[in-house]
This record gives sequence, C-alpha cells and structure tokens, in this order.
Amino acid sequence: MKYKIDIAPREQISGAKSALFALISLSAGLAAIGFIFLLKGINPFYAIFKIFSGSFGSIYGFQETITKAIPLILIAGGLTVAYRGKFWNIGAESQLLAGAAAATWIALWWGPSLPAGMVVFLMFTGGFIGGALWGIIPAVFRVRFGINEVISTLMLNYVAAEFIKMLVIGPWKGKTQFGYPYTDDFPESAMLTLFPGSRIHIITLIIALIAVVFLFYLIFRTRFGYEVRVIGENQEAARYAGIDFVKNTVLMMVISGGLAGVAGVGEVAGLHHHLTYPESISSGYGFTAIIVAWLARLNPVLVIISGLFFAGILVGGDAIQISLNLPAATVNIFNGIILVFLIMGEYFQKNSVSIIRIGK
Amino acid sequence: MHRIETLEMKGISKSFHGFYANKNINLKISTGEVLGLLGENGAGKTTLMNILYGLYKPDEGEIFINGNAVKIKSPKDSMGSGIGMIHQHFMLVQNHTVSENIALGFEDVPFFFPIKYIRNKIMKISRQYGMDVDPDKMIWQLSAGEQQKVEILKALFLEADLLIMDEPTSVLTPQESEDLFDIIRRMADEGHSIILISHKLDEIVGICNRVSVLRKGGTVGEAFVKDVDKKELARMMVGRDVLFDFEKKPLPQGKKVLDVENLVVLGDRGNKAVNSLSFKVYRNEIFGIAGVSGNGQRELVEAITGLRKSHSGDIFLEDDSITNANARVVNTRGITHVPEERIKFGIVPNLFIYENAILKKHHSSPFSRLFFLDYDMIKEHTENIVEKFNIAAPSINVPVKSLSGGNIQKLIIGREIESKPALLVASHPTYGLDIGATEYIRKQILNRREEGGGVLLVSEDLEELFEICDRIAVIFKGEFMGVLSAGDSNIKDIGLMMTGSLKLNSDDKGAENEI
Repeated sequence: MKYKIDIAPREQISGAKSALFALISLSAGLAAIGFIFLLKGINPFYAIFKIFSGSFGSIYGFQETITKAIPLILIAGGLTVAYRGKFWNIGAESQLLAGAAAATWIALWWGPSLPAGMVVFLMFTGGFIGGALWGIIPAVFRVRFGINEVISTLMLNYVAAEFIKMLVIGPWKGKTQFGYPYTDDFPESAMLTLFPGSRIHIITLIIALIAVVFLFYLIFRTRFGYEVRVIGENQEAARYAGIDFVKNTVLMMVISGGLAGVAGVGEVAGLHHHLTYPESISSGYGFTAIIVAWLARLNPVLVIISGLFFAGILVGGDAIQISLNLPAATVNIFNGIILVFLIMGEYFQKNSVSIIRIGK
Repeated sequence: MHRIETLEMKGISKSFHGFYANKNINLKISTGEVLGLLGENGAGKTTLMNILYGLYKPDEGEIFINGNAVKIKSPKDSMGSGIGMIHQHFMLVQNHTVSENIALGFEDVPFFFPIKYIRNKIMKISRQYGMDVDPDKMIWQLSAGEQQKVEILKALFLEADLLIMDEPTSVLTPQESEDLFDIIRRMADEGHSIILISHKLDEIVGICNRVSVLRKGGTVGEAFVKDVDKKELARMMVGRDVLFDFEKKPLPQGKKVLDVENLVVLGDRGNKAVNSLSFKVYRNEIFGIAGVSGNGQRELVEAITGLRKSHSGDIFLEDDSITNANARVVNTRGITHVPEERIKFGIVPNLFIYENAILKKHHSSPFSRLFFLDYDMIKEHTENIVEKFNIAAPSINVPVKSLSGGNIQKLIIGREIESKPALLVASHPTYGLDIGATEYIRKQILNRREEGGGVLLVSEDLEELFEICDRIAVIFKGEFMGVLSAGDSNIKDIGLMMTGSLKLNSDDKGAENEI
C-alpha cells in the first residue's frame, strides 16, 4: 500500500472560514505550547489558564494588557501597510526607538519653555517624523540599490539600539539620575496623562484607534492603498500599469516607520519619562507586532483584537514567570510557536492537502 | 517487433471535484496511424492523455493493448509497455549534452564506454528518422525545434511504439513544424503510432489520418481526415459555426498614428535587441509583426509602451515625441497595451475583477478623486465591460484568478479598448486561447481598426496575422526582414524571412507614398 500527498490550491474562501482557520491554528499552537509546559512538569491547562487570568481576569491585569496593546496596535497597524506592499519591514523595533529619541529631544530641550499641549503635540509629530526617517532609509536602499529590506531593516535595529545606548551613557546622560544610564526626567508638561489608577496613556490609545481605522480606509479606499496592493500582489503588473515604485515604497515606510515612532513616543512620554537602554524602552514590541499584524491577516482594524490578545500573552507571561517560576524566555517561545502555527495555517488555508492511497 | 499493434481506451471517465474532465471516452489507434486529438482548452484532451501515460488513474474504463486489458499506474508502467510522451515543456537538463540527457533514464547501457554506445545509437536513430541532432552539443545551444527532437529521441531510445505529443508545434517556427511533420510521417511509416494533441486545425488536416474531437470532456466526433474539412471540424470542436474569414472591410489608410525612427533598444543582457528599426502605423490599420519570439518583439513593445528605455532613435505618437516617456504618460497619451503573458503582466490575480478593470486608469477621473477611489463608479464601469465583452464571470466581486484564461484575456482587451485608444499594442493576444475566445478577440481587434484606431499586433501565429493584418513586418534579430502587404506575392516565403534566410528590400516606404 502506498500513499501520496496531494496538494491543490484552494478556491477563494470566505471571511468566516478564514477566521476559523486562524482559530484552529491558534488552538494548535496553544496545544504545542501546552506540550512544552508538560516537559517542565507543569499542567498545561493550569499554565494557560494562569496566563489569561493574569491578563484578562482582573481589572489590574486588563489595564496592563491595554497598556501593552497600545504600542502593538500602532506598530502592527503600520506593518499591515508595508506587508500588503510586500515590503518586509522587520525594523519596527528601531523605528520605535527613533521616535522615542525624537520625543526625548523635544521634551528635554523644548518642554520646559512651552505649554503642555504644545509639547505633547510636538512630541508626537517629532516621533512620527523620527520613525519615518529611520524607515525611509531601507526603503531607499531597496528601490535605489536593490538591497533586500529584510536584511537592512534588521541590521538597522542594531545600529539604532547602539546609538541610543551611546546617547544615554554619553551626551544625553542625565545629571540628576545618580549615574544611571538615563536621560533627565521629562518636565511635567511632557508627561502624558494616565487613566486614573492605571498606566494607560490615554492619548496614545486614542491615536492608535484612530490610526487603524484611518489605515483601513487608506488600504481599501484610496489610490495609494490600491497601488500598494497591486505592487504587493503582482510587481510585474504594477510596472505594466505605470505605478511609481519609489514614491509608493517610500510612503509605505513613512507610514509604517512613523507609526512605530509614535508608539515610541507613548512609551517614553507615557511610562518611562526618560530615555534609557533600548531593552527597557521596548520589550520587543517591534517584533511581536509582526505576529500581531499576521494574526489580523493584515487587516488594520482586526489588529485591535490581535493586539489585545498578544498584549495579554505578554502580561500573562510575566505573571506565570513569577507564579510558576519559569524563565523569562517563556513568552518568546510562546510567541514564536504561535507565529509558526499561524504561518502553517495560512498554508493550509491556501492549499487543500489530502493523503490519497495509490497502488495495491 | 512492435509491442503495440493496437491500443484501445474504453469507457474512460475521470472527474475532479465532481466535475467530469472525461466522460465515457473511447479511443482506438493502430500501428502506423497518426491520430489527431482535437478540442478546445479544457475539453479534456490532456486529462485523457495523462491517464494513458499513467499520471492519473481513471475512475472508470479500461485500456487494452493488442486486445489485452492492461493496468497503467505510473509513467514507468506506460513506458514499459511502449508508450512515450513528448510534453509541451521540455524536460531536459540545460547544461548537459544531448547524449547525457538521453543516457539519463536509459538503463540499458554497457558498463564500459557508455557514452560511445549512446552516441552511436543516437546517430543511427537520427539517420533512420531524418533527425539531424549533434549528440555532443549542450541543450542550451539548441533551438526549440532541436530540443524537441532530443525529446523524441529519448522516447525512441526507450522503444516507444506509441508517441503522445502535446501541442508539439506551439514552440516551433513554420519551418521547424514542417521538419517535425516529416519526422512524424517517417515514424508512422516505420510502424509507430502517434497521438497528436492540438487545437490547430491546419495541423490536424495536414498530418493526421484520423481525428477524434473532444468537447466538454466527451467525444463528439470521430472521422477519417480525408472525409471532413476544416469547417466541419471547427464546428464539432466548438459546437457551432466558426467564422474563419472575418469580414474585413477594405479601408483607406488613415492618418499616421505611430512613427518609429531608427529605434535601438537594448535587451536585458545589453545586446541590441531592436536594431535601428523604422516603421509607421496608421489609423484604420492593423500592422502585424511576425517572427519567432525572442527576436526583439518584446523589447520593441516595451519601448513603445514606456516600460523600457530606448538606447537611441525616436518614437512619435501623432507627431508628439513619446521617446522614453514612462508607462503612465504613454497610456494617458493614448497607447494601450495588451501584454504578453497575460497572467504575469496584465492582471493582479488576487484582486477582484473590478479592481483589475481599472488597472492603469485608476489614477485618473472618473475613478479617482483626490486621494480616494470612487468604487461605485469603478463597479459600474466594470459591469459595463463585463457585459459588453461577454465575460463569463459569476460576479465582479470575485478575484480575477477564478476566471478562465479566455475570460481574463477578454477582460484585458475590454479594459484596453474601452477608452478607444489611438494605438492598441497587442502582444500574442490569442496565445493559448481556445477557438471561441480567439475568434472573439480577433473580432474586437478588427472592430478597433474599423473605428479608426491603429493596431500594432505582435504574434507568432501566422494564421492570425494573415487573417486580420493589413501589413505584416517580419522581424529577425531585431531587424525587419521585410514588410508585406496583404496579398503580397512574397508571403509564401515568410517562413524563410522568419528564420533570417531571406531579406526583402523594403523599408516601409511603399506605405508612405500612398499618403
């Protein structure tokens, strides 16, 4: 008896089925994660219950989840645009840092002498520009010199991280911080208002929600969105249609990098109130957002849901680290496995795979 | 000595996802016969042959060789019982020699000096069938026709008595096709039997003894070729009468619309793909460019449509220079383009039909206002095209990839013609389409001519060029070997011109004098 694996591309499938596939891949991912807990001798159901009760089960936990969802939604929203145009931006982490640095500069050098509203406005604008400029570099590399953006965006992450480190232990090192690698604290006028009793910086949350709705219209209703989708789906046809690659690629990265920059502003002005080591500013939001965008099937509005979900895992991951005595890398393993399963799910969604019997 | 005296397929059915690709098909062939298997795309020809070759297992039906039922489960079984298949796309290793390619998959070689044995055998077989193949040449040095001969040799090496050929002439020049037909005749004389899959009527009539016509998965007719004519065959294939001679109104040459002067365009490797070409296209005229693909047609079309920079020379559209203007500018000025490889260039498969219907026009009114696209307007426009150009689509809200090739091409033609362009550039517009869609597309191109547009038609299909063009230029290595008017006495030599063996002394002057 012989068997053969038969793979055939599927017809277009409905939105409901697509959601079902995402759900099945997620469950399969969770099952695989459960297996890893089992290896550590921990009841997987208990561990997963702990994660979600930690992040969604209490008011405090839920507030923390929202706090962490803010940068994820912003960054992932921007990534949906770049990924729709098949520009694989892996550098959101450093675009976030560029935004954070720009906001810090504005807060420390301009903050004391300007009214509060003005400073906040300038910080967000400056953060967007900072992230956008850092994002344009790989875009120009790609359209001018044909340099693969996966490599350049990834490498620029290190460049930015080292540069920030240099700033905080060098020229920007705060005189009031007792030798710690921090800049001086932001003036009062540059600190974002928090939702009472939580760490939710309201204005960034509002910006994030407006941004994803805006992006939805941008992608599906505008000329720019149309051109981005044509470029992403069929470059040859885009060339044939006379679509301007340079302009569109740069614009994609202005949006993607800019929104990551805004996320960076929220982190420094809302939570830390000073610039410090990159690892402390962002707990890998730029990378987690890749999975968030993917889980949302590159739909900016769905990013709200998938962003909350992954923020929940980040918060719950912190919770089980303490309560179940697990290493800090647990959350990374968690995220990695889920991404792998999502990508597998994508494959099965696009192709029907069956095993058929051949021969005797 | 022949293992297959007769081969019979009885009651063959095969369905995919509840859709019958083959339904109760019977087919019989005996030694020395050339059987044509005629049918439109999707009629089930290839499925049937894949069953015979062991690639698919039939749901029902049996295969008999010399009267005995056989089970063919894989290509290995079919080769073992004497069936060989020449695929449309050659399966050869480009960097190996002819001998090495043939030795691959041939197990019966002596341990010592295997290549010498193979070489001798190649020489012997190629002499026997009049094939002139150098066993020491690398595959990449060979033309498509020669590569096909290598494929045939491979099958003969494995002592195939029945050869299945899937659209064998689709990659050949007219001359090469003639050579192939000679080889087929010789093989038939030697007692081989050949099944020729084709949708070209001329071939079937020219070389087959018998023909079997398939439509929608079933056999609709069987006949000896001497008893039927092309018209009848076409009707069997399509299920209705087909226009062969389009009504082409004699029209006076209109105003000049495209003027190309001393154009040089470099190819991807920096070679002069288009070498100092000059020609004009007029309104009310279809100007054809004949030639084997790869002789500069693609570069010429790309230079005219703004997709490739020219090296030197000028291109004018009605007296305005469009030399090196970009694709969007050229399009706005009034040149539209039906590209070759329609799926690769002409559409975005995953986007909806209505999104594809405005490709290239999406940036201009009425579809775009400020930054936004007006989707109501776009959908209305798409409904118009779908209706006007008979596009069979379940709705305009499905991705274009779910349409058939013919309907995709109708959509592209519709999109490019709708705006009544001054010049329509069409590259291989009917390549690979079935006869119904082909007829339709040609009619649309002729309509454009009557409405007063100019058409530049690049095609490898001579039948098409003869049918609808007013003038035909033959291109070889980036140069015109001559420009022929319909009815020119030199037209019989077009095959020689396509292979560069003959160059006429005409520089497109004749047409100019008439103005």
